[in-house]
Amino acid sequence: MNNALPFEDLEAGRARVAVSFGGQDLHLPEGANLAAALLGAGITTFRHTPASGAPRGPFCMMGACFDCLVEVDGVTRQACMMEVSDGLVLDMPQAGER
Amino acid sequence: MARVDLAIIGAGPAGMAAAQLAAGKGLSVCILDEQPRAGGQIYRDVDRVAPLRGDLLGKEYIEGRALTAGLGAPGITHLAGAVVWAIEEGPRLAYTQDGKGALIDARHVLLATGALERPMPLPGWTLPGVMTAGAGQILLKQSGVMARRAVLVGSGPLLYLIAAQMVRAGTPPLAMVETQTRGDFTGALRHIGGALRGWRYLLKGLGLLNEIRRAGVVRHTGAHGIAITGEGRAEAVEFTAFGRAHRIACDTVFLHHGVVPNTQAARSVGVAHCWNTQQRCFVPELDGWGATSVGCLHIAGDGAGIGGAKVAALAGRLAALDIAARLEAIDATARDTEGASLRRAMLSELAARPFLDAAYPPLPEALAPADKTIICRCEEVTAGDIRGYARLGCIGPNQTKAFGRAGMGPCQGRYCGLSVTQILAKENSQSHDATGYYRIRPPLKPVTLGELAAMDDAPEAAE
Repeated sequence: MNNALPFEDLEAGRARVAVSFGGQDLHLPEGANLAAALLGAGITTFRHTPASGAPRGPFCMMGACFDCLVEVDGVTRQACMMEVSDGLVLDMPQAGER
Repeated sequence: MARVDLAIIGAGPAGMAAAQLAAGKGLSVCILDEQPRAGGQIYRDVDRVAPLRGDLLGKEYIEGRALTAGLGAPGITHLAGAVVWAIEEGPRLAYTQDGKGALIDARHVLLATGALERPMPLPGWTLPGVMTAGAGQILLKQSGVMARRAVLVGSGPLLYLIAAQMVRAGTPPLAMVETQTRGDFTGALRHIGGALRGWRYLLKGLGLLNEIRRAGVVRHTGAHGIAITGEGRAEAVEFTAFGRAHRIACDTVFLHHGVVPNTQAARSVGVAHCWNTQQRCFVPELDGWGATSVGCLHIAGDGAGIGGAKVAALAGRLAALDIAARLEAIDATARDTEGASLRRAMLSELAARPFLDAAYPPLPEALAPADKTIICRCEEVTAGDIRGYARLGCIGPNQTKAFGRAGMGPCQGRYCGLSVTQILAKENSQSHDATGYYRIRPPLKPVTLGELAAMDDAPEAAE
C-alpha cells in the first residue's frame, strides 16, 4: 500500500485486471467504478479542457458534471459511469477536441 | 417496443417507493436508472455494500435495503444502466442501455431524478482533487475509496455525515472549513419549534458532531475568502475565519453548501418552475400529489424540492397513488384515504427543514463569486464574463450561451445554471423568476450515432 497516494482503497483485496491509461499500465479492481479505481491508482488528472487546456479530474461522481471524461476506443465517455473490465485501453480525450 | 402503465426515471428512494406501491395496485411498472444497481445516490450500491461496510456508513444507509428489496415485486421491471436521453409525446422515453438505443411507451411517467450539489464556484474549484462532498460519499459507499488528506469546505448536515463516516473509516478529514456563522444560527432560532418537532434530525446531527469532536477534527466556522490553490491539482485550502488567515495543505477538497433539485428532465418537457426563496433554487410547480403542468407526468423526491430520503419515499408513494387513481387502478376515495397518512408522515419529516435551511445557508461568496472565478466549468466562463454580458444587455441565461457559450458544454448547465441565474438577476436588478433558467433540450445525456443505429425498435417500425 502506498500511503503517499491521495486515496486509500478499502477493498484492496479485490481481484484485479490489466487496464492502460494514456500508455500507463494499471491493475484495477475488476467491476469497480472506473473513475474511483483510477483515483485509487493515483491518477488525478483525467483530461485537459478544450477551452484552456486546464487539467480536470472527477468532480461529481454521479454522471452530471462530465469532468471525468476519458477516451475509450475513440469514444469520449464518463469514467464515473463505467466499470473496470479486463484489457480496457483508455486515453485522455484529445486536448482541443470538442 | 415495450409498453407499460408507469415508467419511472430514477431508482432512488422516491422512484423505488413509487414502483412498489404502483405495482401493488396492479400497474405494470418499468423503472429506469443510470447506475448498475438500484439505490440512487443516497443508497448507492446498498445491496452490495451494506454487508461490507454498513457499520461505517450508518443505520440510515442500510435501511435503503428495504426499498431495493421492494423492486423484486411482481409487475416491476428494473432497467439498470439505462440512460434516458429524451422524453417525448405519448409519453415515450428514449434511452440507451448496453450501448443500444431503445424506446419505451408508458401511460404515465414519474420523474424521480433527485438532487445535484448546489454549484459552489470558488477560486480553484475546477482543480483536480476538488470534488463535491456527494462525490466523496459516493466514492466511499460504492467503491470503498477514501481520501487520505481531505479538507471539507462549506456547510450543512451532509458535511457532518461524511466527516463522521471518514472518522469511522480511520481516515478523518484534516479539517472542516465551515461557512455558517453565529448569526445564521441565531436567525435560525425562529424556526426552533419545527426543529424540535423534527428532533430526530437534530439528535442525529448532534451525534455526528460528537463523533467528529471526539476524533479531534479541527472545525473552523464562519470561514470566508475561501480559495483552493495548487499547481495542476488541489494542494491547499486558504480562507479567513474570525479575522485570521489560514492555509491548510491537503490533496482533496470536498465542497458542499446544500443540494438542489435536478430539474433537467422536467425542464426538457416544459414543466413550469418557480424560485423557492427558502431553498434558494428553482423547484417545479406541482400539486399536492406531484402532478406537473404537463399531462401524464408527475415528479417526486428531491427533484421536486429538497426534503431528504424519507420525504422522497413518502412523496413517491403519494405520486404513485395519484397515478394509480388516474389510470383507474384505484378510486379517488382509496387514494385520499391512503394518501392522508403518507401526507402526515411527510409533514413531520419536513418539520426540521426550515431550521436547517436557515442555520446552514449557502455561502454568500459562492452565490455572488469574484469576477475571476469560473462559473461554467465546461466552457470556462467566469463570473466577470457573465457580468460583462449583463452590461451589454444580456437579461437571461439563454442569452449567455450566445454571448460566450456558458451552459453549452457537455454538462448542459447542471453545474452553472443556478449561478448564472443569480448573477444575472443581481446585475440586472431582476427577480430570479423573471431572469429564468437555461432552456433544456434533448438529448439530456449524450447519445452516439452507434447507439442510435443499434436501436432495433425505431419509431416508424413500431407504428
